[in-house]
Amino acid sequence: MDVVAGKMTQTSADPSVNAAAMADRRVRLTAREVTVHYGAKQALFGVSIDIPDRAVTSFIGPSGCGKSTFLRCINRMNDTIEGAKVGGTIKLDDLDIYDPHLDVVELRARIGMVFQKPNPFPKSIYENVAYGPKIHGLARSKADLDLIVESSLRKAGLFNEVKDRLNEPGTGLSGGQQQRLCIARAIAVGPEVILMDEPCSALDPIATAIIEELIDELRENYTIVIVTHSMQQAARVSQKTAFFHLGKLIEEGNTSDIFTNPMHKQTQDYITGRIG
Amino acid sequence: MTDMLSTSQAAIDRTKLVRSGLKRRHMSEAVFKALGLTAIILALGFVALLFVDIVRKGAPAFTQSNMHLSVIYDPTIINVEPAPVRAEGQSDADFRADSLVWQRKVALLNWNKVIEASLRAAAPAGNEIESRALLTIVETDARHVVREAFVENPSLLGQTVKVDLLASANADNWIKGNIDRSLGDAQQQLSAPARALIDTFVENGIISTGFAWSIFTNVDSRAAPASAGLLGAFVGTLWMMLIVIVLAVPIGVAAAVYLEEFAPKSKFTDFIEVNINNLAAVPSIVFGLLGAAVFINYLHLPISAPIVGGLVLTLMTLPTIIIATRGALLGVSPSLRQAALGMGASRTQMVFHHVLPVTFPSILTATILGVAHALGETAPLLLIGMKAFVAQVPATPLHQATALPVQIYLWQGNENRNFFEPRTAAAIMVLLGVMIMLNGVAIYLRSRLERRA
Repeated sequence: MDVVAGKMTQTSADPSVNAAAMADRRVRLTAREVTVHYGAKQALFGVSIDIPDRAVTSFIGPSGCGKSTFLRCINRMNDTIEGAKVGGTIKLDDLDIYDPHLDVVELRARIGMVFQKPNPFPKSIYENVAYGPKIHGLARSKADLDLIVESSLRKAGLFNEVKDRLNEPGTGLSGGQQQRLCIARAIAVGPEVILMDEPCSALDPIATAIIEELIDELRENYTIVIVTHSMQQAARVSQKTAFFHLGKLIEEGNTSDIFTNPMHKQTQDYITGRIG
Repeated sequence: MTDMLSTSQAAIDRTKLVRSGLKRRHMSEAVFKALGLTAIILALGFVALLFVDIVRKGAPAFTQSNMHLSVIYDPTIINVEPAPVRAEGQSDADFRADSLVWQRKVALLNWNKVIEASLRAAAPAGNEIESRALLTIVETDARHVVREAFVENPSLLGQTVKVDLLASANADNWIKGNIDRSLGDAQQQLSAPARALIDTFVENGIISTGFAWSIFTNVDSRAAPASAGLLGAFVGTLWMMLIVIVLAVPIGVAAAVYLEEFAPKSKFTDFIEVNINNLAAVPSIVFGLLGAAVFINYLHLPISAPIVGGLVLTLMTLPTIIIATRGALLGVSPSLRQAALGMGASRTQMVFHHVLPVTFPSILTATILGVAHALGETAPLLLIGMKAFVAQVPATPLHQATALPVQIYLWQGNENRNFFEPRTAAAIMVLLGVMIMLNGVAIYLRSRLERRA
């Protein structure tokens, strides 16, 4: 485990690499003054942040600080919650996500999501991965679909384990395999951004390590935003980190800076374990 | 030191306290278990009693008395020219007209005399019995059976063939002992010579008992009660079941899906939900009134037709299916919905591709149970006119028909109590059998679907 962790820290926490890399990257998502109310209760207070392209950004903070709420704003999953009201702007490149004329279905084809508890559909492994491309009309023939399914499973590092049982139900896989299936399912639609809400919190350490390695490979082609309650994971996996507390964005910046030289006391307290 | 002693003393005291209450607690648990067991035994006992009583009463009705009579096709009685033969170049219509003319002439002959002559020949020598009394032994449809055999095969003329006929209802009662043999002539339905002759026939083997296929293959009959069967009622019930399944399931499921998934939560939808729950408790006869007023009076659908019965039963089954579907939809985990929406599925796609398939076992079970329940409803059917005597099999849902529970009700009212009480019990057994089979299908399908999912 330490070996794996060591390998992770080497790539992300190298200050010179990260500072230069972050400065060069263009911004994919911009959020300005985002507020969220659940009924009368306010959950987010004016969050503004830029998410860089082709990098992993992690949101950290104690329970109930609003990081998952903010994540769900990005692909408008808060729309499905009764009584949720979102204010402010979020833009994907130059597209206003909350534009009333925007089709939410199209948005979710460009921004995929992986949830905390692996939730494959109660269908076969093949059907799980093929569902997205099918409904968005991305495959013109069965051969096309087969190709998409295989490449997505390969990218998720699952193909060799399941290639002989593509017709078996997805729910029959182990927890780690199911989560990789959910990642493959998200990738199959060819999104630009992948949102991950605590993807490893329901998994054992070995499965967690496999998924972290997968995230590291994926960031070459996708913009990834990950919510995590493990600071070690954030340090291992992300290039940019944002610290949330009680619905406010306290601090954000390069991962190495946040963890070695935080500017706010609250960030320092959280990282050293005094709060949260 | 004292602290340790006092704490261990306190522990001993506490244990004593707990122990003293234990006996009472175990007692009340034992009493509760005994009460529960008694309740189950009572309930099962009553059900067993009901079943045993019905089976005991109905089992004899599943055998019928058949007469194997050597019928003499006497040319002196059957005085008719030979059947028409199709001439060269004669058209279909002409030949059919000729055949019908001949058949009518055949029908006008006195076939009862043929039966009577055959019976006399079969009776032991020296038997003096009146013609009318003789004919009470065999069922009144015997003349139709014998005549139709002749029409099928006109070469029977002059021959003697063995034909299977039904013994009359009263003869059947006498043979099975459904009527007390010690009763005097005034209380018996058959005259003394007839009864003696029947006994002789039974000894000779001319009358024997066999399985009562007529219950399943014949329609109802008042003129020939021994041949009364359930076929018409069965087909009527099947038509109605079909209509209920075809109408109630799509409408009910769609309504539940709309109310649960798409309708905005408001006072109006709450109002609808309360009303649907209440509809499930409305007495079924009210639906019959509704059916009579709307379907028959206003829409002018035919009275006593399975379509009207089916529509009324659909209205009755809808609340059950809607409530069951809503319950099943509520039971689907939110993570499945989130996964589908996160993939970019529209709301409709999420419901129809992911949520509904998971609820299929529950919907199926509710459908079959709802249909089985509707099968046994009599009150609404009586009000839409299905209380009439119908002696035909409905060819379409628009033809006059009757239903199994109504048939039971009609048979229960027949004057020939000795014959029809066992028959009614047999009909009840058939109805119960259909319901048990439906429930069995529901259980099997549900377990199959749940295992696959």
